[in-house]
Parts: sequence; C-alpha cells; structure tokens
Amino acid sequence: MSSDRKDLFRHGEEFLQLFSRGAEFTKELLIENERLRANLAELEQEQVDASRTPEEWDKYRGELQGRLQDLEEECETVRVRLQQAEEENQQFAARYLEVEEENNNLANLYVASYQLHSTLDLDEVLKIIVEIVINLIGAEIFAVYLLDGDSGQLDVAVSEGADLSKFPSCSKSRGIIAKSLETGEPVCGDPTQSPNLEEPIVCIPLIVQGRPIGLIGIFGLLQQKDGFSALDHELFSVMGGHASTALFAARLYSQSERKLNTIQGFIDLLTK
Amino acid sequence: MTRSMELSMDRKRILIVEDSPTMRQLLVFALRRLKDVDIIEANDGMDGLRKVSSDHFDLALIDINMPVMDGLKLISLIRGEDNLSSIPIVVITTEGAKEDRERALSLGANEYLTKPIQANHVLKVVKGLMKSESKA
Repeated sequence: MSSDRKDLFRHGEEFLQLFSRGAEFTKELLIENERLRANLAELEQEQVDASRTPEEWDKYRGELQGRLQDLEEECETVRVRLQQAEEENQQFAARYLEVEEENNNLANLYVASYQLHSTLDLDEVLKIIVEIVINLIGAEIFAVYLLDGDSGQLDVAVSEGADLSKFPSCSKSRGIIAKSLETGEPVCGDPTQSPNLEEPIVCIPLIVQGRPIGLIGIFGLLQQKDGFSALDHELFSVMGGHASTALFAARLYSQSERKLNTIQGFIDLLTK
Repeated sequence: MTRSMELSMDRKRILIVEDSPTMRQLLVFALRRLKDVDIIEANDGMDGLRKVSSDHFDLALIDINMPVMDGLKLISLIRGEDNLSSIPIVVITTEGAKEDRERALSLGANEYLTKPIQANHVLKVVKGLMKSESKA
C-alpha cells in the first residue's frame, strides 16, 4: 500500500472521530436547550404570578380558601358518618350478642319443656325434672315434693344431693313454701346461704288450674354456680308451669291405666 | 372423586357421650349451628367407647358421671388407643372441684366445662379445638 493511501485512511478516521464528537456535542446542546426551555417556562409562570394585581390575588386566595373549606366540610361529614357507622356497628354487635343469648335461653327453655312432655310415665317425668334442675339450673341439693291430698303435707317424691329420708315433709303453710304456694310464683332466697334442708333457697310451686300439686325445693347450688341468672328465673317459671302439667298428666294416665287394668280383669273374670 | 364424596370428606363428626337426654338434646341444639357437622349420640361410657372405636370422630364431648362406664374411664381408654389418642375431648360435667378438673385433664381431656353450660361457650371451645386439630 502506498503512503498516500495510508494518509488518506488516517485522515478519514480523524474526520470520523471529529464527526462523532460533533454529534455528542449536539446531543448535549439539545439537552441543555430542553432544560433552559423548562426554566424559561417556570420563569414565565412566575412572571405571570408576579404580574397579578392584589385583587386577582385576593380572588385566587378566596377560591383556594373556598376549596379548603369545602374539603374540610367534606372531611367533617365523612368523620361524622364514620362515627355513626361505628356506633351502628357497636349497636349491631351488642344486639347480636343479645339475640345469641336469647337464642341460647330459648333453646334451654325449649329443651326443658320438650323433655317434660315427652312421657306420661310418672317416674320418667320425675327423672326429667331432676335432670333439668341439675343440668340446666345447676342445683346440687334439691327435692321434688308432691302434695298428699288427704294430709295436706308435701311429701318428698324424689331428691338429689341428700338421701330422700333426710328431707322432712313440709307443711304448705310454712315460710317461703307457703309464700310460693300462695302467690303461685317461684320464690328465691339467698343463693349463697349454706344448705339447710328445713329452708329451701328456691321454691318453685307446682300448680295446676289454681290448685297446688307439689313443689320443687332447691337447697344448695353446684359449687361453680354463685347466683341466679335471668335464664334461671325463666326456667323456674317453665318448671312451675310445665313440670306441674307433666306430673298431673302422668298421674292421671297412671290412674286411668290402673282403672283400665281393673276393668279388663273384671271383664276377663266375667267372660271366662 | 365425586362431589358427594368430597362433601362427606369435608364433614366433621362429633360424638356426644352423655346419659341425660336433656343435656344431649341441648348439646345437639348448640352444635347444630356448626356447618358441615354430623352429631352422633351415645348414652353411656360403654356406648361411647363402642361408637368411638368403630368410626372416625373429630371431637368428643364426654360427661363424667354416667352409668355402666364413667367418663374418666372412657377418656383413659380412648387415650390408650393409638388410633384414637389424638381425638380432642371436651368434658362437660357437674363436678366443679379443682381436683376433678385436674384429674380429667391429666387423663387427656383437652377442655373441662362445668354445668350448667352456656351453649355459645361450648360452641367456641368446640370450634377452637376443631380448628387447631385441622391445622395439625
């Protein structure tokens, strides 16, 4: 290769380098131009703002204050609505708990009355009364008394927590028992008093059509039970109403069964 | 797998071992509020043992004072069987003394509730135990 051609290539390369530097410089110029344009626009806006008259500023300030007030009012409305929603939520939660408790209480009352009327056998009815008084009311020492029509005494039919013989027969004209039979309403004494088989802490009269047929006397509660709830009082009423009719029906049924057997026996005797 | 099989696999089974029909009915009432649960009843400890041995249960509610076999005996037998030892057991009893509670818990009961029961409390306990059981 001749030296002329070599020189030509070298000049070509130098020119290319010069050209690419020129291109980079142009790019930098364009970026700088863009930045200057933005600065110019900012300065122009500042100039416009600075050229506003005090009235225009007042108007602008008024507009901004109006918007601020609107936003504050909106914020206050939202805050009030939030508070209302929170209150409603709390009311619903409280109502839910009430309904749940009511539901539980109704389940207890339903189960008690369902079980009491599930049989016509006197012993079964007495057993169910015992189950309800233990499991649903939480009594430890209690007795179910039935009224002896001839003597007017209340005799113990079934007991729990103490032997049957330890419960004395009661007169229906004495103390808390007399009060409950007289009013027809359950009477509650002090649930914390120590058990005394002469004086029940709860008397639930068993009355059918205004006539007493017996009584449930509770003398002591389970150790984990320290008082009576609203449900207990409801249960006392259910027991007073449903246990008495269940006992009455069972007694009538057993009497009619006995009579039927006697008549059947008599008929058999006559026909043989 | 068919849809009905999937459903049956999702369902939980709870055993109630209680001699009092009144209490059983009350517990069934409470537990019926749980979704996808089958409730099976046994009226004494022996009946409970037969049922728990012959079928799968996710939880058992056991009374202490029962005829034929009491609840404590039943709990110790359940905990003695390898395939039954993980069933969560809730005791529901009238016995409120501390030593009765400790005895039942030491035999393997998971929870100890005293009568008279609050249905929503029983539900809460049952839900809690079944949730932790399904996580395990």
